[in-house]
Amino acid sequence: MKILICLSNVPDTTTKIKLAGDNSAVEKAGVQWIINPWDELALTRALELKEASGGAITSVTVVTVGGADVEPTMRKGLAIGADDAIRIDAEPKDAYYVAAQIAEVAKDFDIVMTGIESSDYNSSAVGGMLSEFLNVPSVSSVSKMEIEGGDINVTREIDGGSEIVNVATPFVAIVQKGITKEPRIPAMRGIMMARKKPLNVVAAAEVEALTEFVSYELPAAKAACKMVDAENVSELVSLLKNEAKVL
Amino acid sequence: MSVLVYTENWDGKFKKLSFELISYANEMAKQLGTEVIALSIGNVEDVELKSLGAYGAAKVVSVNDDKLASLENQPYAGVIAEVAAKEAAKVVLLANNNAGKAIAPRLSVKMKAGVIAGATEVPSSYDPFTVKKKVFTGKALANVVVKSDVKIVTLAQNSFGLVEDAKDAAVEAFDASVEDVKTAVKETNKVTGKVLLNDAEVVIAGGRGLKGPENFGPVEELAELLGGATACSRPVSDEDWRPHSEHVGQTGKIIAPNLYFAFGISGAIQHLGGVSSSKVIVAVNTDKDAPIFEAADYGIIGDAQKILPELIDAIKAAKAE
Ligand SMILES: Cc1cc2nc3c(=O)[nH]c(=O)nc-3n(C[C@H](O)[C@H](O)[C@H](O)COP(=O)(O)OP(=O)(O)OC[C@H]3O[C@@H](n4cnc5c(N)ncnc54)[C@H](O)[C@@H]3O)c2cc1C
Ligand SMILES: Nc1ncnc2c1ncn2[C@@H]1O[C@H](COP(=O)(O)O)[C@@H](O)[C@H]1O
Repeated sequence: MKILICLSNVPDTTTKIKLAGDNSAVEKAGVQWIINPWDELALTRALELKEASGGAITSVTVVTVGGADVEPTMRKGLAIGADDAIRIDAEPKDAYYVAAQIAEVAKDFDIVMTGIESSDYNSSAVGGMLSEFLNVPSVSSVSKMEIEGGDINVTREIDGGSEIVNVATPFVAIVQKGITKEPRIPAMRGIMMARKKPLNVVAAAEVEALTEFVSYELPAAKAACKMVDAENVSELVSLLKNEAKVL
Repeated sequence: MSVLVYTENWDGKFKKLSFELISYANEMAKQLGTEVIALSIGNVEDVELKSLGAYGAAKVVSVNDDKLASLENQPYAGVIAEVAAKEAAKVVLLANNNAGKAIAPRLSVKMKAGVIAGATEVPSSYDPFTVKKKVFTGKALANVVVKSDVKIVTLAQNSFGLVEDAKDAAVEAFDASVEDVKTAVKETNKVTGKVLLNDAEVVIAGGRGLKGPENFGPVEELAELLGGATACSRPVSDEDWRPHSEHVGQTGKIIAPNLYFAFGISGAIQHLGGVSSSKVIVAVNTDKDAPIFEAADYGIIGDAQKILPELIDAIKAAKAE
């Protein structure tokens, strides 16, 4: 069984967003890039499952749609423990474009894992689109994944609870918090080995994007916080009631 | 031409979320000179279906099929695509919740229609079709153009509100062709009778500043008093002081209540990513320089454990007035 992990290369979560080019783009210079947090959890879980599978899971591959600038992030995926990597050489235009590209390589895998949302464009779309391109089932909001023998059970979050779903390969798992506790951190040995692991670059397919991000804005500055004296809590209640009208 | 809204039901009932979606669709339909058609999937009684008319739905298409008992996104997307074609929908709207996030992308590929996830406003233009949405977890906004003929939009929760526009909605049962279900639900675990975090108008959250799980009693009490839900920061759930379902923030739940209380929460950027869309934020923190005060509307510099019971008393007193 082969697992494919879709890795999105995103700005570090603490990055202050600055706009560039007359607000038509987000400034890339000076930004620290990381693996999208959910993708890192998906990769970690896939490696745990592979190690526990007694050889049934033969490989864990990472794939990213992006230019050469995403390779350091992909190498980090290899350092964490992925066996090999595929970079689809194209600037991501939108979720549809990205999913169509990944669909080309994903056909060869039994389980494809994506994150629930990339922390840059927040589309929550690539995983679901990919499953439709591949015409396979997808399970979204996945917070647990167990494989025993050939039996695969995934837990998905629903309103007010969760459901355990039994699913056969091939399928797409769209994962969120809970899939594993902590992402793995690359060890020195992993970093050394990552340099020798294959990172294959493939050409992009002809695909038209369906949406276009035309301009950006920064949120309006918030009014200053109104401070209430700690000795006068009832003042807060009356402000919430009469001024903010939320009580 | 029409604006089609997929209105999810919960055990046969609609929620505020469904009515908000219809309100949003109605505004869009007015601007486009067309009408709102709601699509309901599952077993919902006619009176409940008709209630969507109160916010402007002209017609409600009701699809009921045993195969749709569990939410499997593939057949759901198939049904929505079929109804969208039948009703010549120009725009298809869904909520940006678990169900919407699962269905909208599949629908997009099926219909070759571009999707905007988490729209916060009605389109600023219809030609080109341009909608604003949050990007970088709320740190910026983007204007996104949909280039396909049919447009799919998911609405960010609590970003439009309810607007009444009473219509006598016609209910039409429709026999859709439903694809086979390929996954099997083995077990469902649901809490009932509690206000769900995603639906709550008031959310009371506690952070590491509360020092330990034993100090969350007043947080729960305040939530109960206000008919709200409880939440927490990530380290609090990581340390198992509170259940994981309460974790809010960039890697937890993203919520947008009317009123959000942060007790002993520093206000890290990843935390704010999940709560900054709240209408009013109240922060209580011992550190006057805590970043939460930059995001808050009202603040108290003080010990949360002392303020919480005082606040409960003050609210009780105000209610008694
Ligand atoms: C990739 C990534 C994703 C993350 N995602 C999330 C996320 O989704 N959600 C999230 O919450 N965090 C997230 N974090 C963690 C985040 O960076 C912070 O570490 C976390 O939010 C801090 O939680 P806290 O405010 O409860 O604790 P602390 O930072 O320890 O703050 C405690 C606060 O309580 C105050 N305090 C202390 N005593 C009292 C008292 N008696 N009364 C009142 N106030 C008191 C202190 O002044 C302090 O401000 C993420 C981090 C990373 C790297
Ligand atoms: N450029 C990309 N390359 C590979 N995977 C991606 C890319 N963009 C998004 N993904 C995957 O799709 C998930 C959801 O992203 P999005 O639909 O953009 O919110 C991410 O968590 C990744 O797993």
